[in-house]
Amino acid sequence: MGLRAYIVRRTLLVIPTLIGVTLLVFAVVQVLTPEQRAALYVTSEKEARDIEEIIEKYRLRDPVYIQYFHWMEQILRGNLGYNMKSPRGPVLDIILRRAPASAELCMFAAPIIVILGIYLGVKSAVHRDKLIDHVTRTTSIIGWSLPSFWLGILLLAIFYAGFGLFPPGRLRPDLQYFVFSPASGWNSYTGLYTIDGLLNGRPDITFDALKHLVLPVMSLTIQIIAMLVRIMRSSMLESLSKGYIVTARAKGLSQSEVINKHARRNALIPVITLSGMLIAGLVTGVVITETIFNYPGLGQFAAHAALPPPSMPAVLGFALFTGVIFILANLIVDIVYAYIDPRIRLG
Amino acid sequence: MGISSRLKKFKTEIGPTVKEMKFMITRMKKSPLSMVGVAMLLFFVAVALLAPVLAPVPEGQTDPYRVPREGYLAEPKPPSEKHPFGTTPWQFDLYYGVIWGTRTAFRIGLIVVLSALAIGLSIGTIAGYYGGVIDELMMRFTDIIWAFPNLILCMALVSVLGPTLDSIILALTIVGWPTYARVIRGEILKVREEDYVEAAKAVGCSDFRVIFKHVLPNSIYSILIMASLDIGAIVLTAAALMFLGLGPPSGYADWGQMISFSRGWIYASPSNPWGYWWTWTIPGVFIFIFVLAWNLLGDAVRDIFDPTLRRR
Repeated sequence: MGLRAYIVRRTLLVIPTLIGVTLLVFAVVQVLTPEQRAALYVTSEKEARDIEEIIEKYRLRDPVYIQYFHWMEQILRGNLGYNMKSPRGPVLDIILRRAPASAELCMFAAPIIVILGIYLGVKSAVHRDKLIDHVTRTTSIIGWSLPSFWLGILLLAIFYAGFGLFPPGRLRPDLQYFVFSPASGWNSYTGLYTIDGLLNGRPDITFDALKHLVLPVMSLTIQIIAMLVRIMRSSMLESLSKGYIVTARAKGLSQSEVINKHARRNALIPVITLSGMLIAGLVTGVVITETIFNYPGLGQFAAHAALPPPSMPAVLGFALFTGVIFILANLIVDIVYAYIDPRIRLG
Repeated sequence: MGISSRLKKFKTEIGPTVKEMKFMITRMKKSPLSMVGVAMLLFFVAVALLAPVLAPVPEGQTDPYRVPREGYLAEPKPPSEKHPFGTTPWQFDLYYGVIWGTRTAFRIGLIVVLSALAIGLSIGTIAGYYGGVIDELMMRFTDIIWAFPNLILCMALVSVLGPTLDSIILALTIVGWPTYARVIRGEILKVREEDYVEAAKAVGCSDFRVIFKHVLPNSIYSILIMASLDIGAIVLTAAALMFLGLGPPSGYADWGQMISFSRGWIYASPSNPWGYWWTWTIPGVFIFIFVLAWNLLGDAVRDIFDPTLRRR
């Protein structure tokens, strides 16, 4: 089976999982009464006033499978319901409006995690049982055990409260006002303030956005880096004990060639399969980090919506959205994995 | 059969298990970090067991998990004789909260692991042993559960089920069992093809007997250990949910909630920025050490059980 056939087959396998995800969310919804479920279909405040009409229209008292098709139809049309909590509005609009903020956070966090995690893991394995190995291992087990919600608070206490550096939020209030006011002439090209600042010729906004990103990115990355270091270290140790390393050394290759070209490349293969776990860590971390740092992204929106009394359309819409993102991310991981390791697509 | 021959039989049967245990304990003694983990865990077990002595329930209070409070003042009070760890914002006694919070942690961890194991083991065993439709259904259901990050799915479940401790436990169980089911299924697929299982079937053992006498005893240990080491991660997720405000109403003895109280009190005043330090350090240290203990222990045990690293 060639790579192309593998990609097609793997992509087709996504469809039943996606349907399954909607079935699960729909099953969860069934715990609620028809009156509560009606909120999932409302598209405006006006509609929300006549719940009976909604129940009638979407046949919420009919058998479950009929309801499922009506619900799916709405989902496919992009109607995830209406959020009655602040920020008010159709759930999909809010999700799309807030996604860039979270994307910006992940855009900085992901490369830091990958580079530091792999670098430290390799270093630790190569210098096994030396000082650097002990330091890395101890730090990583501590970092791994730090609850992200407590780490965020500690960072705020040390840097913001203690030294007056790195305030919470996404931009300084006056700059935030400038960005939001329609008269300012601010063009939102990407929704990422660090990039838009440069494109709009306002490097001060880029700089301020970066300042606000330091602590959230730290709080988001430390735990995941610690996890990656541990995985990378053990994978590298295994790779270093293989026969092909002995061969490479016997051929007289230099230490750096043996490690970078022979050992590390092979050690990365099992790590890629675990990147789904890292992505899950990132998504989970976003919810907690944004809540602590008052960072107006998707995670903060979801956490606020889930507070009792919850806004069901927002909570379930967010779950559905992350489910889809997560499935697609895992699809990409699998394809990359097959591309790198021919044994997967041929086996 | 006489007593002595029975004893002998028992000894030969239990022999390998005892040997394995002894091997494990010697290996663990060699790794100082894992012993630190064990010591920390024993400390928490002691705190949980002695909670009624360490922090007596006030007279006239029926629910020990409700943290006593003194008034409704927002500003937290520093540690004093009456409140050894000070009070949280809105005057809950922090000492009482973290001591009984230890019990909450163990309660959540144990109930979730036991129920997820019970469900996972039964469904995984049936799926692995019989295969077919049940197997296919279980695998697909697991795929769906795994399509969500744990915390996100728990958030959705808890907000539908209502903000109580029971919903948190239920949500964590729903999210947790498929992993165990998959592992036990894989183990059973391996064992099923062994000669002794074939032999047992040939002699005419019922499926029930084959499963309980021949298959499970040979595949259950690794999963029991794996599951018990999950307690740290489960307590962490539960604390995160409570931190996000999805748990029982304020005043429940739980670490996550105690930390969430402190959120507005990280910064005290320009002259003394850390003026309310006890509100955000003390409950945080408790949960951090608890999770660290499980991770230290888990690290050592995983090394011991890794067949590629063994007995060299």
